[in-house]
Amino acid sequence: MTDSQVKTTNIITESYQDLSARNWKRYFSFSTDHKVIGIQYLVTSFIFFLIGGIFAMVIRGELITPEADLVDRTFYNGMFTMHGTIMLFLWTFPSLVGLANYLVPIMIGAKDMAFPRLNAAAFWMVPIVGTLMMASFFVPSGSAQSGWWSYPPVSLQNPTGQLITGQFLWILAVAISGVSSIMGAVNIVTTVVKMRAPGMTFFRMPIFVWAVFSAQIIQLFGLPALTAGAVMLLFDLTVGTSFFDPSQGGNPILFQHFFWFYSHPAVYVIILPIFGIFSEIFPVYSRKPLFGYKIVAISSLLIAAVSGLVWVHHMYASGTPGWMRMLFMLSTMCVSVPTGIKVFAWVATIWGGKLRLNTAMLFAMGALIMFIFAGVTGIMLSAVPVDIHVNNTYFVVGHFHYVLYGTVTMGMYAAIYHWFPKMTGRMYYESWGQVHFWLAFIGTNLNFLPMHPLGLQGMLRRVASYDPEYTFWNVLASLGAFLLGMSTLPFIVNMVSSWIQGPIAPSNPWRAIGLEWLIASPPPVENFEDTPIIVSEPYSYGKSDPLVSNLEGVLGHHE
Amino acid sequence: MFRKTIIMDSSISSQPLHHEHDAEGNSYFAFIVFLCSESIIFLSFFAGYIIYKTTTIDWLPAGVTGLEIKDPLINTVVLISSSFVIYIAEQFLEKHQLWGFRLFLLLTIAMGTYFLVGQAIEWNGLEFGFTSGVFGGMFYLLTGFHGLHVLTGILLQGIMLGRSFFPNNYEQGHFGVIATSLFWHFVDVIWIVLFVLLYLWQ
Repeated sequence: MTDSQVKTTNIITESYQDLSARNWKRYFSFSTDHKVIGIQYLVTSFIFFLIGGIFAMVIRGELITPEADLVDRTFYNGMFTMHGTIMLFLWTFPSLVGLANYLVPIMIGAKDMAFPRLNAAAFWMVPIVGTLMMASFFVPSGSAQSGWWSYPPVSLQNPTGQLITGQFLWILAVAISGVSSIMGAVNIVTTVVKMRAPGMTFFRMPIFVWAVFSAQIIQLFGLPALTAGAVMLLFDLTVGTSFFDPSQGGNPILFQHFFWFYSHPAVYVIILPIFGIFSEIFPVYSRKPLFGYKIVAISSLLIAAVSGLVWVHHMYASGTPGWMRMLFMLSTMCVSVPTGIKVFAWVATIWGGKLRLNTAMLFAMGALIMFIFAGVTGIMLSAVPVDIHVNNTYFVVGHFHYVLYGTVTMGMYAAIYHWFPKMTGRMYYESWGQVHFWLAFIGTNLNFLPMHPLGLQGMLRRVASYDPEYTFWNVLASLGAFLLGMSTLPFIVNMVSSWIQGPIAPSNPWRAIGLEWLIASPPPVENFEDTPIIVSEPYSYGKSDPLVSNLEGVLGHHE
Repeated sequence: MFRKTIIMDSSISSQPLHHEHDAEGNSYFAFIVFLCSESIIFLSFFAGYIIYKTTTIDWLPAGVTGLEIKDPLINTVVLISSSFVIYIAEQFLEKHQLWGFRLFLLLTIAMGTYFLVGQAIEWNGLEFGFTSGVFGGMFYLLTGFHGLHVLTGILLQGIMLGRSFFPNNYEQGHFGVIATSLFWHFVDVIWIVLFVLLYLWQ
């Protein structure tokens, strides 16, 4: 044995001991096990989700009354900026990457990700990003205040003249988060392409893997554009170049192009894994195979392809020429085609099934309803005349919160409830889950539905004070927001107490079909005793096909 | 019928895919994916450059007539030749002729360094700076960002050269050298586009 082999063996035995001891400390170590990293991602991002939620409470508290009387102006600007940034860069991306980390290797029958150490490095950048974001509140000039877009020339304003401003830290944090995302994306794409078990062809992969794969391809080809824009913005801010400074011949619109060239596909990066989660959850709780598996799989790639061709629809009101607005209006409306395919496939899956309405299914169905609503407002917004009317109003805010809270966060909750027994080996308390769902569902609609009439009447987003005629809807929205904030409490209580002392979960509590349900809960350190050999399609509910041909070997002695 | 059965069987018991972490095939694939991703940054800068060049009214800063082509052209020739040189070095390594590999890798490093030094001399002689309007900003951003990649490539080649002096390092495969070489070709291709955009299109 060479030295390196001895070292590897030692590492493996150590990690076995770690896992066998069910040691909570391993979540605070630089572990390279994809399951540990997945949980680390999930928990870290959830902490940031709570912080972002507190910011949202501040915003809605300010908006209960027409006057700006709760917090001072600078702080309020920082609130909506950091709320957006944190919710996107530190909640949705990392949490979905964490879920992907946990599930993708198991679902394709691999022992781990393609590059475990790269994986750990990508995760440990997330706390650094979070620290930078939080630190920006403590610099003399306060945090970034130009909205999460940080459009120049607003974001180039530096009245204090210091180098370390909130905006500076913001750009740095976003750039580091980009590096982390690229590392994760390279890793996941390689894992899906190269680490599949024998017999696991592309059209035998679960839809969740398809969705994550498409989403990470978008990351790879979109994110560098934002990095380029961020680098130029950083030089403008610090060195005094004039890329985006119109007084020096720069072009601020170019930053918008860079920004939206990534940040529009980014919403598909977020939503595609949620589509994958829906596709995993509906067949299980309806006891039916997924309707139209192949076209649902391909539609993920179609969405990824179309997503790169629609970014200008965020810039209809930025002086974009008419012919360009026309083209992008058409391409934006094309997004609804693959998305519609998916929605109809889910409805057809549920249709006539034996439904079990437990928490995960409720969340998935609630999220689907809200996604359809968001899709309808999205098509309204894609039309140029409508968009010019409601540009930068609460209508837009309502639309994307229906997507980002109603669909993404609710879908994330569905995923957490669905895979919680697998991840922790414990069952959660069903009644608390139901309470959580109804609070969240009512809260979401009460919070974000009033934003649509507000926007149509012309209330601008990102304002601290407004005309008294908007008071009624704003009070409703604020009450909904506080309800939404409260709805998180039963979830936290439920998850923490279940994890510590919940009833022990069987390896397949939902009688689901899939590789992750074959192995023990929580999964052993290298997932499978033997590499599984896949012999049948996924989602074969109602058929008696075996999923793998060497079941004994896969299960090993974990039973 | 018989053939169809065989094909169906082979889809199940086909060659098992890589099941080792950090296997060479995985790394090769991942590195290509990474380079594709990185090319997008350069493409964004190029797109920005083209838009600025076609829309800015006072494109060149006052007193600047354009860029000298002669020295950058020599630089370009040297950099592109070094791509072939590192390819030859790789061929030597394939045949396990370490001394040839070291010699040609050293030659590559020398050519890369020549390029960087030439770039520095050129920067030194220019009469506009990073903050001289959009043109200056874009010029220094593109050449600087590319120069950073050249520097990274040289450092990687230096590491590979150092590694070749430790015995048994290239027995199990030499993915590091392959990656370095890929990276170097990538840097070269980017430079060709950059040269056309910055120097030839004036």
